[in-house]
Amino acid sequence: MAGEIWVHGEVTADGSLANISTEVATIARTLAEAAGAAVVGVVVAADPAAAASELARFLPRVLAVSEPAAADHAAGAIVGQRLAALIERDQPAWLLTGAGPDGRDVAGVVSALSGWGVLVNAVGVAWDQGPVVTMSVFGGKLTTTSRFATEHGIVTVRPNAIEAAPAVQAGSVEPTTVDGELTLPKVRVVDRVAEAGAAAPIEEARIIVAGGRGVGGPDGFKVVEELAEALGGAVGATRAAVDAGWIPYAQQIGQTGKIVKPALYLALGISGAIQHKVGMQTAETIVAVNRDPDSPIAEFADVVVIGDLFEVAPALLAALRTRAG
Amino acid sequence: MRIVVLVKPVPDTASGGERLRPDDWRLDRAAVPAVVNANDEYALEAALKLTEAHGGEVHLVSMAGPAAPETMRKALAMGAASGTLVTDDALAGSDVVSTTRVLAAAVRDLEYDLLLAGADTSDGGAGVVPAGVAALLGLPYLSYAAKIEPNPDAGTVRVNRITPTGYEVLEGPMPALIVATQALGEPRYPSLKGIMAARSKSLETKALADVAAGDAPVGGAAATTTVLDATAPPPRAATRVIREPADEAARQVVAFLAERRII
Repeated sequence: MAGEIWVHGEVTADGSLANISTEVATIARTLAEAAGAAVVGVVVAADPAAAASELARFLPRVLAVSEPAAADHAAGAIVGQRLAALIERDQPAWLLTGAGPDGRDVAGVVSALSGWGVLVNAVGVAWDQGPVVTMSVFGGKLTTTSRFATEHGIVTVRPNAIEAAPAVQAGSVEPTTVDGELTLPKVRVVDRVAEAGAAAPIEEARIIVAGGRGVGGPDGFKVVEELAEALGGAVGATRAAVDAGWIPYAQQIGQTGKIVKPALYLALGISGAIQHKVGMQTAETIVAVNRDPDSPIAEFADVVVIGDLFEVAPALLAALRTRAG
Repeated sequence: MRIVVLVKPVPDTASGGERLRPDDWRLDRAAVPAVVNANDEYALEAALKLTEAHGGEVHLVSMAGPAAPETMRKALAMGAASGTLVTDDALAGSDVVSTTRVLAAAVRDLEYDLLLAGADTSDGGAGVVPAGVAALLGLPYLSYAAKIEPNPDAGTVRVNRITPTGYEVLEGPMPALIVATQALGEPRYPSLKGIMAARSKSLETKALADVAAGDAPVGGAAATTTVLDATAPPPRAATRVIREPADEAARQVVAFLAERRII
């Protein structure tokens, strides 16, 4: 029997399962079917119950590890150590996690402690005697296919690589303990601060309405926000808009921000410079509103409206509301 | 306060010319000019501001190819005092496991209060090496920093770690490894004086044998992953340009979105 495929169940600040983990679990289940291997979820948290039972909707078996230290300490090193210890104990072959900050932190720790290789930012994972990982590199300019040279490894998966689908039959949650002290230094969480506007990670949004320099200022972002709300989407921004202080860095898309792959990317007042393009060009559909017909985005968008965004965006809002009745 | 910053030369994304070598699918570093990885520049800027406020100096550590000194001089010109470059033919084609081991080995014997690294690199984009280096060195790990506040008297450091819904305030003892993001602030441009001074700054080059990487295998021969194929994605369909007045343009866009079943 092929080695087990494990899924790291990421836990959000309120103790629920991160959306990305439902997608990762769906991929892992498909791989396990192809491989004839067992698939197991692992949740490590101060109180793993809620996230573990959510993950069990997607996987036949979920290990729930209670780790009190995770309540008020940075999770990455703690979860990584416990996962590495469980891997040592149970000897699975593969570990899948999300490619966002929490997944990366855990993948880095497990890789270092276990000596496992990592294939990163998967946009697709197939099976051929092991995971075969498709990733988009150089900002979507190339698609590479990679595999492990070893019999084990870690895959980090991008949001929206697949649509999450629960299993036909829910699985079971097994509380388990991991022996041993946490040897890596603990980092205390002194405070958790919520900022308005970011209800969900922008990487997971199906629709993103983004503003750039052309939006002109924080007031200009109101129309971006209204459109995002009307479309049920999230608000994104370019580096120029973030550096100007119009919108928080967490919303930035591009080379030093987030990489997104939504169904719709609606770009308002964004020229489409390469540093921004690399963060969004794999969006399924790109619609741009820009005054400049020669802006780079006019070359790679599916639709570009040449016009003043302060006229077109309210008109779009009105047309969407008319349609919604 | 002594700060070590991990830096990596990467192909200049603005050149648009990044490519893989067709024979082994390794990054073709000769194809385009190299620059300091953008996220590493934020780390370096944060480090320079911290040493300006608290005294001390910044030391660079890089694992890169033989052409790296040229790029590292740019980071020295920004204000770093000195640097260590680990470069070795055997390290070409290293994966994240090797990179983590070698960087940890190169840093292990240095003295520092903070070790800073960029959130990810624009070429590999893995974003997993800093966490691994912290784990191997047994350092407190404070990631995705939007703000760094050391308290040298208490020997601790606070970081605002960006989360999907805001941030968490982390506090750990120093020395610690901190992952830098763009939210820390715009990197400075090197001054002419800085560029001149960088020429005479110490940039020590080490071979793999000079760093204590231990018995664990590293380098291209030990790579745990392999690229099978690289293809250009299918080109996007031609752009549809709408030049009608706003109301008509909006009607067409909404019809298009409905046709694609997006709304």
